[in-house]
Amino acid sequence: MKKLLTTVAAGAMLATPAFADLMFPDLSYRTGPFAAGGIPFSDGYQDYFTLLNQRDGGIGGVPVRVVECETAYNTERGVECYEATKGDGALVYQPLSTGITYQLIPRATADGIPLHTMGYGRTSAVNGEIFSHVFNYPANYWDAASVMINVLLEENGGSLEGKTITLLYHNSAYGREPIRTLETLAAQHGFTLTQIAVDSPGQEQGNQWLQIRRERPDYVLFWGWGVMNQVAIQEAINIRYPLENFIGNWWAGADHDVASAGAAAAGYRALNMNRLGDMPVFAEIQQHVIDAGLAAGDGTNLGSVLYTRGMYAAMLAAEAARTAQEIHGVGDITAEMMRDGMEALVMTNARMDELGMPGIGPEFAVSCADHGGTGQAIMTQWNGTEWVTLTDFIAPDDSVTGPLVLEDSAAYAAEAGIEARTCPAS
Amino acid sequence: MFYREAGDFKTSYTADNQTFPIRFDRYRYYIVLAIGAGIIPFVITDYWASAILIPFVIYAIAAIGLNILTGYCGQVSLGTGGFMAVGAYTSYKLMTAFPGLDMITITILSGAMTAMVGLAFGLPSLRIKGFYLAVATLAAQFFLVWVFNKVPWFYNYSASGQINAPERFILGHAVTGPNAEAWAKYLFCLVFLFALAWMARNLTRGAMGRQWMAIRDMDIAAEIIGVNPLRAKLSAFAVSSFYVGISGALLFTVYLGAVEVGEAYGIQKSFLVLFMIIIGGLGSLFGSFAGAAFMVLLPVALKVLLVDTMGWDTALATHFQFVIVGFLIMFFLIVEPHGLARLWALMKEKLRLWPFPH
Repeated sequence: MKKLLTTVAAGAMLATPAFADLMFPDLSYRTGPFAAGGIPFSDGYQDYFTLLNQRDGGIGGVPVRVVECETAYNTERGVECYEATKGDGALVYQPLSTGITYQLIPRATADGIPLHTMGYGRTSAVNGEIFSHVFNYPANYWDAASVMINVLLEENGGSLEGKTITLLYHNSAYGREPIRTLETLAAQHGFTLTQIAVDSPGQEQGNQWLQIRRERPDYVLFWGWGVMNQVAIQEAINIRYPLENFIGNWWAGADHDVASAGAAAAGYRALNMNRLGDMPVFAEIQQHVIDAGLAAGDGTNLGSVLYTRGMYAAMLAAEAARTAQEIHGVGDITAEMMRDGMEALVMTNARMDELGMPGIGPEFAVSCADHGGTGQAIMTQWNGTEWVTLTDFIAPDDSVTGPLVLEDSAAYAAEAGIEARTCPAS
Repeated sequence: MFYREAGDFKTSYTADNQTFPIRFDRYRYYIVLAIGAGIIPFVITDYWASAILIPFVIYAIAAIGLNILTGYCGQVSLGTGGFMAVGAYTSYKLMTAFPGLDMITITILSGAMTAMVGLAFGLPSLRIKGFYLAVATLAAQFFLVWVFNKVPWFYNYSASGQINAPERFILGHAVTGPNAEAWAKYLFCLVFLFALAWMARNLTRGAMGRQWMAIRDMDIAAEIIGVNPLRAKLSAFAVSSFYVGISGALLFTVYLGAVEVGEAYGIQKSFLVLFMIIIGGLGSLFGSFAGAAFMVLLPVALKVLLVDTMGWDTALATHFQFVIVGFLIMFFLIVEPHGLARLWALMKEKLRLWPFPH
């Protein structure tokens, strides 16, 4: 077995292409209880890069190579994937898992490879002075929690005094992220927050919904992922909880989450960090990638919520790579140059129009100190057959999340012994 | 030709009692040690360390621990993951509360803490056995994971409930944290594996090990001939938990660096270690090593073979991996219920006679 491995490893080394390319690892999960979310995201991520290769010959004339590695949402396998691909010239990692992100933050920083955890991962990575190689633009969990409360405030005439809000969450780093923000907001706005945890993978939620049925909170905020989403929505229907008061975050608002309940789930709301609906870029993907037989998946996910988000993630990575090429004046950039590109990334409406995805995300500019973007999100609602966009991008309350970010990042810096870099005042 | 006792004369009791009485076996052991400690650290790469060698060394410690309890003392345990979590959280609390404490002390203290917890959860073994004990240890598994999730003190009130291992040094070399070199992490774990395996070997051939085996083979008979079941069972639980705790601590501090208890130390970890000793061989030290190597290497080897070499789709390869691993486990259980250790013993027998089998 050892001999086999050595032979294979040696073969792989010889087979490494000598010509320049931009390597984007895709730590996907197409198996396990979270595959329903992992598959469309990975399809979108890979298909966009394939489109760039087919249509434009890569980024800045340098072809893109995507290396897929299956993690099954498991941190140990995620580490294995990271170690297996990092020596291959990986430019940026997007593990789509908060658990794996926590593993990779110190490793990637030590190896000088940037990490882009879009709307997941460690929220305080917003603070670029401490997390030099971690980016979580355009939004993060604390923004999501704040946006949700802002929406509820607006619906309740500006006051949540005396309301009860339940947070139903995946019992992991992912699900626990918003608690601190919600506790602060609860104290500020005078609502009562109850927390109900669901153990991974969350196929069994009878107890949790029994509690919700008994307590009848005014709102249930939901931090779910994978099979847990479908189960929760079905349980909410079963106890006849008013679905418009059941609000998921952006990882709990995909097509497959509500598809099984169908029309019965009408009214369920979820945040989204990217806009939905038809965009010109989909026609191009259809033409250059799917019809050409180059799609990463079977092509049926095109245009779905998470496919769009995967594509958005790939677009942000490609744009950062392009920025890096401009800054350094070379086509074949390294991971460190990629990091510079991410830190100088500016997304404008004009650029998004140009790329065939008008208004897919909010406008934002990344800076040395701020790695988090604007944190804006839209509210969407399932009408029984499709997701309908209810609002424009809503801003979070930065006065709440800002101090929390500083506090948590300072705690991380103290624990890990990191010196904060000083960023030029912007 | 190999493994022959002929001409290998022992002139003292010490020589007669040594661990590897056959000369060939002894030299093979020295050679393995020399390669493990003297050559691998110089050629190790990040990938080999993270994907294969460090997990192998750490799981081998856990497998030895569980083998002491299940293989030698006959007490089935499904609480391995929970006990590993005790080790991990103890070392996290010690590392953050006493930054000056060195890693060797921390790891040993983590083992000691786990031994005490294991002792407490071993108490039911005095009254129940077999499946019922398995269920009691299963309760330990779920209870411990629940506690580490529920009580914020264990994760220092961090927002995410994750624990992160800070950087610690031994003789000026980082062994934990992102800047630790592959060889340093590997050697650090290897030292523990060597010391613990050596201890286990000597424990199991001494009076204590014989008591455990007597309890395993027939507890009533053992009690009649004067084995104290309380001491024998509880000592097995304590020693086993000590090992498992150390492996859990190393898994967190050296290997993963950041841990979420439900994911890293869940029930699937208990099953993984149990599969290791079943496939490797119950009641055999070699079996613990072989089982750990099998369960760590197989997924990586299959991935290299199916995805990197044959170019399969990653999802298809992962699904096939389940099929193949499951099939191999069934195959081993049917063809060789005593595990890889028994295959090894048979091979030794054959080698001894080779090339003149008659």
